[in-house]
Amino acid sequence: MNLIPFKLGFFLARRQIANASLVTTVLIIFVMTLTFLNLVVVTGVLVGLLKSNASNTFYTGDVIVSSLDEKSYIENSQQMISIIENQPGVKALSARYVQGGKLEANYKDVTRITDKINDASGQIYGINIEEENKVTNVSSKIIEGSFLNANDYDQIVVGANILYKYSPVDSPNQKSLRNVAAGDKVRLTVNGNSREVTIKGVIKSKVNQLDVAIFMNDWQLKSLIGRQDNNVSEIAIRLNNGVDVQKFKQNLISYGLGRTAKISDSEEAKPKFLRDVEATFGLMGNLIGSIGLAVASITIFIVIFVNAVTRRKFIGILKGIGISSRTIEISYIFQALFYAICGTTIGMIVIYGFLVPYIDVHRINFPFSDGILYAPLSGTLLRVFILIVITLIAGYLPARIIVKQNTLDAILGR
Amino acid sequence: MKNIIETKGLRKSFKDGERITDILKGIDLQIPEGQFVAIMGRSGAGKSTLLYQLGLLDHPSEGSLYVNGADTIKLTSDERTNFRLNQLGYVFQDYALLPDLTAVENVAVPLMMQSLDSKRAFKKAEEALKKVGLEHKANSLSNKLSGGEQQRVSIARSIAHDPKILFADEPTANLDSDNSKLVIDIFLELHKLGQTIVMVTHEAEYGKLTERTIVLTDGMITEDKMNR
Repeated sequence: MNLIPFKLGFFLARRQIANASLVTTVLIIFVMTLTFLNLVVVTGVLVGLLKSNASNTFYTGDVIVSSLDEKSYIENSQQMISIIENQPGVKALSARYVQGGKLEANYKDVTRITDKINDASGQIYGINIEEENKVTNVSSKIIEGSFLNANDYDQIVVGANILYKYSPVDSPNQKSLRNVAAGDKVRLTVNGNSREVTIKGVIKSKVNQLDVAIFMNDWQLKSLIGRQDNNVSEIAIRLNNGVDVQKFKQNLISYGLGRTAKISDSEEAKPKFLRDVEATFGLMGNLIGSIGLAVASITIFIVIFVNAVTRRKFIGILKGIGISSRTIEISYIFQALFYAICGTTIGMIVIYGFLVPYIDVHRINFPFSDGILYAPLSGTLLRVFILIVITLIAGYLPARIIVKQNTLDAILGR
Repeated sequence: MKNIIETKGLRKSFKDGERITDILKGIDLQIPEGQFVAIMGRSGAGKSTLLYQLGLLDHPSEGSLYVNGADTIKLTSDERTNFRLNQLGYVFQDYALLPDLTAVENVAVPLMMQSLDSKRAFKKAEEALKKVGLEHKANSLSNKLSGGEQQRVSIARSIAHDPKILFADEPTANLDSDNSKLVIDIFLELHKLGQTIVMVTHEAEYGKLTERTIVLTDGMITEDKMNR
């Protein structure tokens, strides 16, 4: 292989860059950096909106075992719990009783059938406070009042969306309690049994299941629903750091637990609509990324084209004194490569040195999540590679167009 | 002595819309190896156009052109570039140096293209600059040099690779008389060493110093005389 065009092309590119206007060079690199950031950050933010680990942290744990669709509880729950507890890698687990229920705020004032009832429905989670705190950190999401204690009687904590003041939307599917706050008494009805309870606190977690949930002590919910068999509806499991979640899950399935319950990791446990939204955002991210790539390639094309056009005479001189077209084209490819490498390197520094850690601390506040910048290194490196390949093509084409022109016309500026 | 350039019926026409303008109207010419030829004539006579055809910078519309025995009409664009690199040297009116490069780099670039490693290319380039008296300006950027110095760098570049033929297009047109004399002296010196030189000039006093003068009028040779 003849390396002369590469050596000489590199030499010419180096000299041209070294003697180019600093302002122009900085501007081109700045454009390349922005282009690269556009490629990575737009997709990263869109996907990152749904990549926050809130569901895992506050609700599901690393693995969640839940009742089959046709059942409201897991059969032989206690036996299952003891199997899980004896698995290596289990840090803690929280067994929850879950039952649909209704809260009424103005039950004392309603006297006629035509009176409007101020009520809301939600899933009631009967939890062991101590165990729950070991698995999830849901108690930290209190925004009003305080969380439950193990011996709290006739007290509940509600998700923010149960109260109209936090979720001012009234729809037939999602009613909320008006003029109710922490400390107010409401009537809780479960399985036809009603009880007057006090709202001790309100949580807001941006995990949909929790923000429409009602929490109370498990022993009290058990008595309300008349459950004597100790069969729970779901078991959230927290694993020690470094434990392979998928292996752990498979291990539980190998014990036959999958026959009586659904075993999911935190991703699988997300509601389908959320996963669909995630997929759609990913698609949108890729689409915007593709547009970004097209913009990047056109930008580089224009930059190199303008550069080559303004240097048309010198390209003509080079050809005139016998420098091969290939060498000249390669010199422009090297220039484009220089801009691309500088742009992507600075972009990587900005992303991993500033944006990712900054957004991780100052999350993007969305109604349904605290967004992060999702930029896995493998994906970013792939984008670097794609951008460089596109740069090479976009750098080569304009140089080729100019180099192909008549040598004499180029020298004489005709 | 063998002819290093031979043309027969060489024509060059330009098309401007429907109109075809003949710049060269059938040039028959032989230039023996080692000759110093001046091509003269009035403005628009076709001097530079002839030089560009002979120097393979342009492609004739018709006719044959043999340079150093090669039928150049049949050469592809890349082959012509390679031919120019290895066999021809050029000195342009406006010097045609690369502004990003220093004097020595300008001279070394064609040598590097000829497969010389950088060290040898730069050594040879420095020697060429010494021949034109510019070794002390080797590391100056070409656009920082005076017109006369730039033209001498251009000559150094054109001779560094020992071309068979040196073409010069009005090499003194942009220079003052002192620098013009310096340039012509370099050409005369090169000619003494056996270099074939074809120079376009409109200055009769320099034309007389060459071995042969060809006068073009309206795209045709109207005078062809030996000066000594």
